[in-house]
Amino acid sequence: MAKLRQAAIYGKGGIGKSTTTQNLVAALAESGKKVMIVGCDPKADSTRLILHSKAQNSVMELAAEAGSVEDLELEDVLSVGYGGIKCVESGGPEPGVGCAGRGVITAINFLEEEGAYTDDLDFVFYDVLGDVVCGGFAMPIRENKAQEIYIVCSGEMMAMYAANNIAKGIVKYANSGGVRLAGLICNSRNTDREDELIMALAEKLGTQMIHFIPRHNAVQHAEIRRMTVIEYDPTHKQADEYRALARKIVENKKFVIPTPITMDELEALLMEFGIMDVEDTSIIGKTAAELAAA
Amino acid sequence: MSTLTREETEALIQEVLEVYPEKAKKDRAKHLAVNDQAVEQSKKCITSNRKSLPGVMTIRGCAYAGSKGVVWGPIKDMIHISHGPVGCGQYSRAGRRNYYVGTTGIDTFGTMNFTSDFQEKDIVFGGDKKLAKLINEVEMLFPLHKGISVQSECPIGLIGDDIEAVSKKAAKEINKPIVPVRCEGFRGVSQSLGHHIANDAIRDWVLDKRDGQQFESTPYDVSIIGDYNIGGDAWASRILIEEMGLRVVSQWSGDGTLAEMEKTPKVKLNLLHCYRSMNYISRHMEEKYGIPWLEYNFFGPTKIAESLRAIAAFFDDKIKEGAERVIAKYQPMMDAVIAKYKPRLQGKTVMLYVGGLRPRHVIGAYEDLAMEVIGTGYEFGHGDDYDRTIKEMGNATLLYDDANGFELEEFVKRLKPDLVGSGIKEKYVFQKMGIPLRQMHSWDYSGPYHGYDGFAIFARDMDMAISNPCWSKQTPPWLKKPEVEVELKKAA
Repeated sequence: MAKLRQAAIYGKGGIGKSTTTQNLVAALAESGKKVMIVGCDPKADSTRLILHSKAQNSVMELAAEAGSVEDLELEDVLSVGYGGIKCVESGGPEPGVGCAGRGVITAINFLEEEGAYTDDLDFVFYDVLGDVVCGGFAMPIRENKAQEIYIVCSGEMMAMYAANNIAKGIVKYANSGGVRLAGLICNSRNTDREDELIMALAEKLGTQMIHFIPRHNAVQHAEIRRMTVIEYDPTHKQADEYRALARKIVENKKFVIPTPITMDELEALLMEFGIMDVEDTSIIGKTAAELAAA
Repeated sequence: MSTLTREETEALIQEVLEVYPEKAKKDRAKHLAVNDQAVEQSKKCITSNRKSLPGVMTIRGCAYAGSKGVVWGPIKDMIHISHGPVGCGQYSRAGRRNYYVGTTGIDTFGTMNFTSDFQEKDIVFGGDKKLAKLINEVEMLFPLHKGISVQSECPIGLIGDDIEAVSKKAAKEINKPIVPVRCEGFRGVSQSLGHHIANDAIRDWVLDKRDGQQFESTPYDVSIIGDYNIGGDAWASRILIEEMGLRVVSQWSGDGTLAEMEKTPKVKLNLLHCYRSMNYISRHMEEKYGIPWLEYNFFGPTKIAESLRAIAAFFDDKIKEGAERVIAKYQPMMDAVIAKYKPRLQGKTVMLYVGGLRPRHVIGAYEDLAMEVIGTGYEFGHGDDYDRTIKEMGNATLLYDDANGFELEEFVKRLKPDLVGSGIKEKYVFQKMGIPLRQMHSWDYSGPYHGYDGFAIFARDMDMAISNPCWSKQTPPWLKKPEVEVELKKAA
């Protein structure tokens, strides 16, 4: 049996991490792989397409009800959905109170202690909150957890900023642990020359664009039914895209310590592709009135 | 006078600094100084109130210790909730020996530990609901409490719980004051910021509660501020103030009550013993209510007499006569104490390392016994503490700020004092080095040391430590070679 591979999916908030992860995982399961998803986001929406549910009962929610995590059993928090995919949500507080980061740490520790990482698993995917705001959200990439990281991005400026920032974070943990950047997943927003741009960014970061997922309504159609495309319409060409992504990830050998680029380099890249205009330094700090007078 | 010359003391500092890495050496050099009484401002010779170096064994505490442990904890009729995980409250419980009168668990709560006992889920989901529930339980189980303070431990600040909102709401429900205190341990460089935060909480949540209310005042109303009644210190002090004809309206915070704190703005003079921990609130009352404050020192007959006269100077002849009467009354008792212990302690040297006011305040008491303090330092003092210390210490004596285990050991090895006055963390280290040590935080489970009664106990305790026969019996048998040889010869 192949060794368990653990991967974490990062990327700017709203970029489609959860949707991409669940479609990808569904494709892996379809091909016979044993997979688990660990949602690391207090919103707890990382498993709904697999379980056809609104939001799964999360580890922290159940722990709060029971008294503490020690009072929980693995089967209380682990649900099995499409293709035998095991699903766990770490969960956390509502916005504005408590500490969501600590929730992720507690939940992952619980899974390890309770032996959720069974020998029959081929893959574990961590679907992590958009911004790595504190140590808790870096938990999935610390030692002995995810070894490979995929960043979901698109050809939009902020998505690329975020990707570069995440790469910076990976460098820190790459040097202390074994975590590596395994590739960028381009979740298309239909911007111009998007594939070339992400490939160029990937090259600068020392990695690869592992797959370009075109935009298609079928994803939304499936999502309304709380399903992945793989399950909702397996014959659809969009399903093949996720299958292609899954195959590439299974075969992926390119794991690197990323080489994040400076702000200037990133802006130069964006200008090259016409996403950002050349900066006019003469207007910085000038009010409308001042500019009119000039 | 020091046992070393100025040059020798300077050389000693250099020698001790030698082992540090360059950056640490540079930092620590600023915290070690040779005393020079000619220096006007301490900032010219010693740096203080800075972050401790990572890696050294500092002896400092944290902001929570300063607020809960020092300032708020002794207010006996309030319940002080250690809000956060259980350890901070449990391992500091009743450790400071703030004596009080009352029935613990009924109308007073000083030695009890109240904690919200945070668990993982409270960190993740926030502890506000738990705090509200805890306050309700406290009200139900201990209905005679007069109010509550919420002492924040580190996680409260980390996760951003809104203890102010909970306190306001719950205070309305139980119709008693609830004071939220943001004294998270990670704030500031030592317990000192905790004192300040606690003072500010008193200012914001307590002091103005009786503004505009009727109060039957007398011209002789004073308050005792910054006496924590360790081993009964405040009691031994209060009797003297009362004997000279003044009325003590409030006593903070040792054996103190919430009502006394609230009444303090009505007094004519604030008497401040521990300047470090309560100068903030004294200054506030001076600004807002125009109440002057006076630092006094009740360690040893010389300083006590000085202080009684300085206090009396604020009042009329009746009080001035009262002060003289008190001094005269206790003088024979003091003479007897000094006659008994001075011959045994004369010329003995002392090194101090404590906090608050003691590194300078107890010097006079040792001098009354003809002992000499050759080194002193503060755990968490500021420049104004050292300003006040320079004049009390002899020339060429050693000053050390935020000293660590290594430095203290080296200084003691070289200066060879007859007594070290410090805390429990130092006690057994130095006793094993063969040097007597008295704990000067807890009075080594003795006390009081304040006032005339306290001085008699102080003198006895110092004598007990120094003159204990055990110190001459420290050589282990295997080092007593001559005796063994003598016995061998006999056997042969």
